Amino acid sequence: MSEKRSFRPRTRLASRFLPFAGLAALLLLWDLAIRLSLAPLLPGPLAVFRAIGELAQKGFLVKHVVASLFRVTWGYLLAVAIGVPLGILLAWYRRGGLAFAPIVEMVRPISALAWIPLAILWFGVGDLSSVFIIFIASVLPLAVSAMSAVGNVSSIHWNAGRNFGLAPRQIARRVLLPAILPRLLVGLRLALGIAWLVVVAAEMIAVNSGLGFLIIDARNAGNRYDLVVAGMVLIGTIGVVLDAVMRRIERLPGLRWGYASAAAEEAA
Amino acid sequence: MTRPARRVEAILLPLAAGVLLVAAWHAAVRATGTNVFPAPAAVARGLAELARKGLLLRYSRDSLWRVAAGYGIALAVGVPLGILLGWRPGAARAANPVIQLLRPISPLAWIPVAIVLFGIGNLAAIFLIFLASLFPILVSAMNGVRGVPAMYRDAGRNFGLSRGALLSRVIFPAALPEILTGLRIALGIAWIVVVAAEMIAVNSGLGYLVIDSRNAGKRYDLVVAAMLLIGLIGLVLNLLIARVARLRAVRWGFRQEET
Amino acid sequence: MIPAAESLPGRSKLAIRGLSMTFRGELDDVRVLEDLALDVREGEFVCILGPSGCGKSTLLNIVAGFLPPTAGSVRIDGEEVRGPDPRRIFVFQERGVFPWLTVEGNIGFGLGRLSRTERERRVAHYVQLVGLKGFEKAYPHELSGGMKQRAEVARALAVDPDMLYLDEPFGALDSITRLVMRGELLRIWQTEKKTILFVTHDIEESVQLADRVVVLSARPARIRRIVEIELPHPRDLSSRRYLELRDGIFEEIGLAHRI
Repeated sequence: MSEKRSFRPRTRLASRFLPFAGLAALLLLWDLAIRLSLAPLLPGPLAVFRAIGELAQKGFLVKHVVASLFRVTWGYLLAVAIGVPLGILLAWYRRGGLAFAPIVEMVRPISALAWIPLAILWFGVGDLSSVFIIFIASVLPLAVSAMSAVGNVSSIHWNAGRNFGLAPRQIARRVLLPAILPRLLVGLRLALGIAWLVVVAAEMIAVNSGLGFLIIDARNAGNRYDLVVAGMVLIGTIGVVLDAVMRRIERLPGLRWGYASAAAEEAA
Repeated sequence: MTRPARRVEAILLPLAAGVLLVAAWHAAVRATGTNVFPAPAAVARGLAELARKGLLLRYSRDSLWRVAAGYGIALAVGVPLGILLGWRPGAARAANPVIQLLRPISPLAWIPVAIVLFGIGNLAAIFLIFLASLFPILVSAMNGVRGVPAMYRDAGRNFGLSRGALLSRVIFPAALPEILTGLRIALGIAWIVVVAAEMIAVNSGLGYLVIDSRNAGKRYDLVVAAMLLIGLIGLVLNLLIARVARLRAVRWGFRQEET
Repeated sequence: MIPAAESLPGRSKLAIRGLSMTFRGELDDVRVLEDLALDVREGEFVCILGPSGCGKSTLLNIVAGFLPPTAGSVRIDGEEVRGPDPRRIFVFQERGVFPWLTVEGNIGFGLGRLSRTERERRVAHYVQLVGLKGFEKAYPHELSGGMKQRAEVARALAVDPDMLYLDEPFGALDSITRLVMRGELLRIWQTEKKTILFVTHDIEESVQLADRVVVLSARPARIRRIVEIELPHPRDLSSRRYLELRDGIFEEIGLAHRI
């Protein structure tokens, strides 16, 4: 989209430099705030950097990252396996959707954390509960995403499928599934973001590895705020990477057709 | 199907589904013979108990006003800031990595920072809600402004509008549907996060109720009752803000693409 | 030169009797079609002409079996139409082409029952027929509007239907492409000899293409007049008879000759 703006980066090089400028500004502000003792206990960027180095040295970096990724992968994949078909079914069978959509909308606002007591009751303390928390946080957003994707399939495509004499099952396979793919991928990306976000909550359940655990433990076991913030930085970075990977998948050649329409869908 | 029949269906079917689920729940409790996980009747009694003690209203109100505070501040900060960032593409490009980096960090992870900054209590909880709501609002305002077709801006300038008038009479209304979508998402997030924030930093509210009921006596009936309340209020909040999207002033932005 | 309509075989293909359609809306009922009757002979090219919103698309959708009428009957070859059928393919505007399939994939869409070699042969034939050779592996979003439309026509033809229904297929194209596409469509019609129902709001288009033009009134639509266009193809757009017929329809609709 062309814009006639009065501000224009002088050169293309300057424009590419901007994202880094933003990050640099953040780091500088942070450092300044710490130096001015605006928040006495909190670490500055250098301290955090050193803390990450410390983790890497002791071999904890890889251990925690892998542990968190492991839990998120399981919880997320389970949520996809259950949530996406559920959403498609609710949209395909109008009455089913009418019946169960309000219930989905009622369960969705319940924070994953609120499920912790029940998770512990059902699965005890440990990894299974963690995975369940991640699952429960992602499954309904995925279902809603799938529902919305089905609802957005153009009626023209439905009609064309029927026109060519396809049976409902064939229409589902040859029209529905390809047509919802772009929007569904956006939904999958957003839900992955949620799953990753919730990993911190999930790891509050007495597990002893993972980035979420690191954050909580570092504070409890000795006010190591540098490790706390290090954990936050790591979570943020991995979150960005996961998001970027999903975006790449959205742009695969076979799927690029939907990119333009699906891009309008997302919040960012 | 006739119109009235459809409306009746839209009410009866969810009710029927609800009844079905409650019945299945009841049967499951009976069948497994558990004496920890509550049956529907026990939860209903738990709700009544909370109402009697006046906690139902008080805790709901506490959670709601925390949301109002955090969400309100996020709105007041996020919308103007987002519009500004969307207006100047250079600023957006600089800010984007920062936003993308901070967004995946769970509000829970901010708790230690919040406590250091604000101490334990309401302020920390409100800060967490603010943080969580800020990003969707900021991003949607940014994208809403960036997505305004150049055509509209050019038309505005053609009519001799000043910068300020252009913003208020063209850019802002054009971006409004997307901003509203962000507001709706943010409200949902705020409601989820308030529950989370209350589990840690304060001692009132529905989130606190969930954790406390378990810790202070394994009152799972109250745990589930609180969860149901959380879900119900969340649903109502979502419906309310969805109504805003139906107002004629913004409905144009939410039309379905298909005829 | 192609013979005019009268000397085509006089077999009745499509028979519409007493067709009415009322949509039940939010506030009140909308009567769209009023007691329509029409006969279409096999191999004919019939245009349905009317102003926007008069219900002509609704009529075509009913004939194609996508909508059940409120009253009346539609019979093809004596059989009542109950739903969409691969023997009568509907061509939408360019949006109808499946964006996730290549040109080849789209054209071959209805050919699942054939052997692979047979399917490939047919697809190649129709790619050639509509002039898309070289673009077999392209995706719709890489094509222009006119090319997408050709792909959709090819897809329709590939299953060898008896009848083609076209709903303002050239509406989204520029006027030059439209002229070209009309010529292409006539060429294909003469080669394949299908019965065609073509909906349009463009008077010129209808006189250029059709054997008969069914002029509909505004909503609720009734048939004002059926105009026989006995001109042979290729039609001379500056001949007196062409202009007479065209002006006749202008007058029928009540439009001025000068602007």
